[in-house]
Amino acid sequence: MIPESFEYHAPKNLAEATRLVGQFGADGKLLAGGHSLVPLMKLRLAAPKHLIDITGIGELNYIREEGDRFEIGALTTHFQLESSGLLKSRCPLLPETAREIGDVQVRNKGTLGGSLAHSDPAADWPAAVVALDAEMHAVSASGERRIPAKDFFVDLLATALQPEEILAAIRVPALPARGGDAYAKHCHPASGFAVVGVAARVVLDERGNLAEIGVGITGVGPKAYRPAALEEALRGKSPGRKRLEEACAHAADGVEVNSDLYASAEYRGHLAAVYARRAVEKALERASENSQIS
Amino acid sequence: MKIRVKINGAWREDDVAPRLLLVHYLREVAGLTGTHIGCETSICGACTVLVGGQAVKSCTMFAVQADGAEITTIEGLAKDGQLHPLQQGFWEEHGLQCGFCTPGMILSAHQLLARNPHPTREEIRKGLEGNLCRCTGYQHIVKAVEYAAKASGK
Repeated sequence: MIPESFEYHAPKNLAEATRLVGQFGADGKLLAGGHSLVPLMKLRLAAPKHLIDITGIGELNYIREEGDRFEIGALTTHFQLESSGLLKSRCPLLPETAREIGDVQVRNKGTLGGSLAHSDPAADWPAAVVALDAEMHAVSASGERRIPAKDFFVDLLATALQPEEILAAIRVPALPARGGDAYAKHCHPASGFAVVGVAARVVLDERGNLAEIGVGITGVGPKAYRPAALEEALRGKSPGRKRLEEACAHAADGVEVNSDLYASAEYRGHLAAVYARRAVEKALERASENSQIS
Repeated sequence: MKIRVKINGAWREDDVAPRLLLVHYLREVAGLTGTHIGCETSICGACTVLVGGQAVKSCTMFAVQADGAEITTIEGLAKDGQLHPLQQGFWEEHGLQCGFCTPGMILSAHQLLARNPHPTREEIRKGLEGNLCRCTGYQHIVKAVEYAAKASGK
């Protein structure tokens, strides 16, 4: 399997990369790890005339703590996120999600920004960034802007990024006091993609009620989403088993559920409810452990 | 495009087309056919090599991306006619039958032991999740990696 011919560019800094992206427009494609793009090029489903390899741009590879937030460079690899001690203690949802992606070789090369900008409906990261209300930092030759995660994913393989923009960084809130988070995934046995993936972050109040809840679901619809009815049914409430189960029955409300050879829409909708409950339950368990410590 | 890479300790320079995959470069340009092509869709791991010490699937990377990098293939593991502990382990523990997946399996195991010199059986299985074997049922491969971990620890 040999891709079509292309011209290769390897900019050394972000300024040079944004210039190339602006210059080539729709003829150019960014390579940010390549574990979605290269297979597509080999199948000739993608045939960019110019391949702009940004993986050598060191200034986009970092994990930085900024008060109660983390800023993560778009070219940080899944392996770096999986193995970051800082994130394991201060934002554990990210390493837990990273660990579930593909396999070791894929995690060595694949990047957070690359995955998000590709917006595969079965990718793992979209669930986490949607659940955390992350902020995407997009940069172009003419300026920069911040896009909330809820507006970032537009449709199947489509994001709010403009052709001349590069996703440079992702900002997420650290785990607050009395908080807990978790990622629960039903993994496709062959591809490793998420048939259903649910990320959850919860924060308890002093009485053990759910003060805040954010849930992100991937694999179920054309793009990752927040199940509003599920969250609404739990926010401010005491999270008993029965209430949890009832709330999670709304995990796929209003979503056009995907259907394929592996999982029919009905089965996938069922999995969404089951994995939503598992993710929220695990997040609650961890939040309650964290409440006892603090 | 001109690229310069260090393969198994020796630098070489070649002029390659940007669309040449690293695995084709290794096999057809550098003549190192120990790296196998299996699924060609980044699933099976037969083409795994180390680039800058990291296990990568060389069918999912262009040779131009490796410009300036150090690459280790299966041919680079034995030293002075002595098998690498992992190779010895696969021999002793019957870690292969047909042998097609073995080069990739060994290089993934190489990275696993570099990151975690004393893995549990479960960690070995997790560390080799990106490599498929259709013969052994994996049990002997896990034992082979355990053998190497022990042999390297001496």
